[in-house]
Amino acid sequence: MSSTQQVLAVGRPVAVNHPWRPVWPGGLHGSEYSWAIAFLIPYVAVFLAFVAYPVAYGLWMGSKPELYADLAADPLYLRTVVNTLLYVGIGVNVKMFLAFLLSGFFMSRSRWIKALLILYMLPWALPAIPAFLAVHWMLVGQWGFLNSLLSALFGIDGPIWFNSYWLALGANIVADIWKWMPFWTLIFLAGRTAIPQDIYDAADVDGATGVRRFAHVTFPLLANLYLVCTLLATLWMFGDFTTVYFVSGGAPARSTEVLATLGIHEAFDFAAPQLGVATVMSALPLLIPLVIVLMRKVHTMEVQL
Amino acid sequence: MSLALAPGRRPGRPRYRLRRAVVETLCLALGFVLVIWSLMPVYNMVLIALSEHGAVFSGDIWPHAPSLESFVVVWTQGFWYLEHFWRQFGNSFFVGLMTMFLTLLIGSLTSFTIGRLRLRHGWLLTNAALLTYVIPASFLAIPFYRIMQGYGLGDNPWSVIAAMVTFATPYAIFIFQQYGKSIPMELDESARIDGASPLQIYVWIYLPLMAPALVAVGTYALLLAWNEYLYQFLLLSSPDVMTVPVALAQFLNSDESPWNYMMATAIVYAVPPIVMYYGFRRYMAAGLTMGGVKG
Repeated sequence: MSSTQQVLAVGRPVAVNHPWRPVWPGGLHGSEYSWAIAFLIPYVAVFLAFVAYPVAYGLWMGSKPELYADLAADPLYLRTVVNTLLYVGIGVNVKMFLAFLLSGFFMSRSRWIKALLILYMLPWALPAIPAFLAVHWMLVGQWGFLNSLLSALFGIDGPIWFNSYWLALGANIVADIWKWMPFWTLIFLAGRTAIPQDIYDAADVDGATGVRRFAHVTFPLLANLYLVCTLLATLWMFGDFTTVYFVSGGAPARSTEVLATLGIHEAFDFAAPQLGVATVMSALPLLIPLVIVLMRKVHTMEVQL
Repeated sequence: MSLALAPGRRPGRPRYRLRRAVVETLCLALGFVLVIWSLMPVYNMVLIALSEHGAVFSGDIWPHAPSLESFVVVWTQGFWYLEHFWRQFGNSFFVGLMTMFLTLLIGSLTSFTIGRLRLRHGWLLTNAALLTYVIPASFLAIPFYRIMQGYGLGDNPWSVIAAMVTFATPYAIFIFQQYGKSIPMELDESARIDGASPLQIYVWIYLPLMAPALVAVGTYALLLAWNEYLYQFLLLSSPDVMTVPVALAQFLNSDESPWNYMMATAIVYAVPPIVMYYGFRRYMAAGLTMGGVKG
């Protein structure tokens, strides 16, 4: 079943650490070795200057224990933690689940569905700032576009979206889903196309159709891809600044901030950079296990290859 | 799947035709919902851009008196937030193109050395890149800002380029390594026997054969820079250095800004990536498949 394993081995870009094989007979030596070192210098320099140094500097800035005591005593921070968990937890799962289902819809061979896919990609193709400004202006005030539409079509007076905590938080989540679901749909679509047709044919012979084919063939084959994508989406959404900053902007009364926006506000609007670093660093206990699981998944995938 | 289980409404017809009709209807309904879902904010953006300043919140759902005035204002830089618009547009292009160029150069050199020259311990670098890939960029923004001030790069587009290249190279390295596996090693070996140096192999063999991956990653890097807001906002402050996203966000400083001008600017800013996306769609999809699926 090598084809199954190939499909099971789907995932995001994978670290390649093959056992070292001297493809160049006799290995590298002399001038070739110098070339290799010279070729690596740019990336090593970028990594040291712009990754290693900022990470170390950030760890140092946020290393004082008092900072965390300050944070724990701050009700705004505690609320922000809850917001972040809700924002990421609901956002990622709804987004990935819908994207997975929609990728099945877009597998259809019909011409108009293919055309629809191009249109459906538009939110992803839009740059983030215009996209989120548009979402914000759709909901803002009493006569944002959505409320005007509700009133024109159904005669309902819509709510003032950013005056309610739950509506504002929901708007952030929906905006993120709107922007990023097309991207994940495309990834799952690619995963589905990579499943060889003979597996489906074999399932057909065994009489598996419809829901059973989905539950016993399609989903198990894509489970690994689904997991890796979910982990990546979680990491990215934890670090998401733009959506919350532009859609709700923390409204009402800074109650819908997430860790990324709160950290930046503290560092640049309240001149407390150390507190800002501590705010985002407090997410590390949650992020590090995710990164470890992600790296391990990526490594087991290599074994399967 | 679940669509096929939907109960039929007209039991008189043969089952399969009924089922097909139901599935077709449900597909059409889903398609309709998706069109509304995808286009509504975009439509709102166009609607505001076509309205007069006073008419933005009048509750209209289509433009009563559409006017292109706001686009003319953007074009002629006729509003004080937009005084440097074309300069800023050029800055965005400069940042995007430089990010693209440096990401391609650094990424391809690194993956050539690790993947083709098979440098011992090269996997260490691959893992370093993987770690960079999973760090949320916004979490590094505060120390990054401090360090850029320390390097003397405050209010300088190169600081943004450095940040964007940092976050785009890991993806480039992975894609190039995946794609590079499909190029036979025998090519390198025969060139080497003919006396080619690694630099010659890189320029004359590796780069031309990597062209599809280069296009995919280049598009990715350019769009990454075009989408980014936080770093540009923190690192660029003077009007003739800043990029369009930073200039756009300035409109939010006041409650009375001309939102129609803001939306017109946003639309103009959105045109290049949309053109690029639809132009390079084939390659973008190829890039996603290479990175996302071929493991």
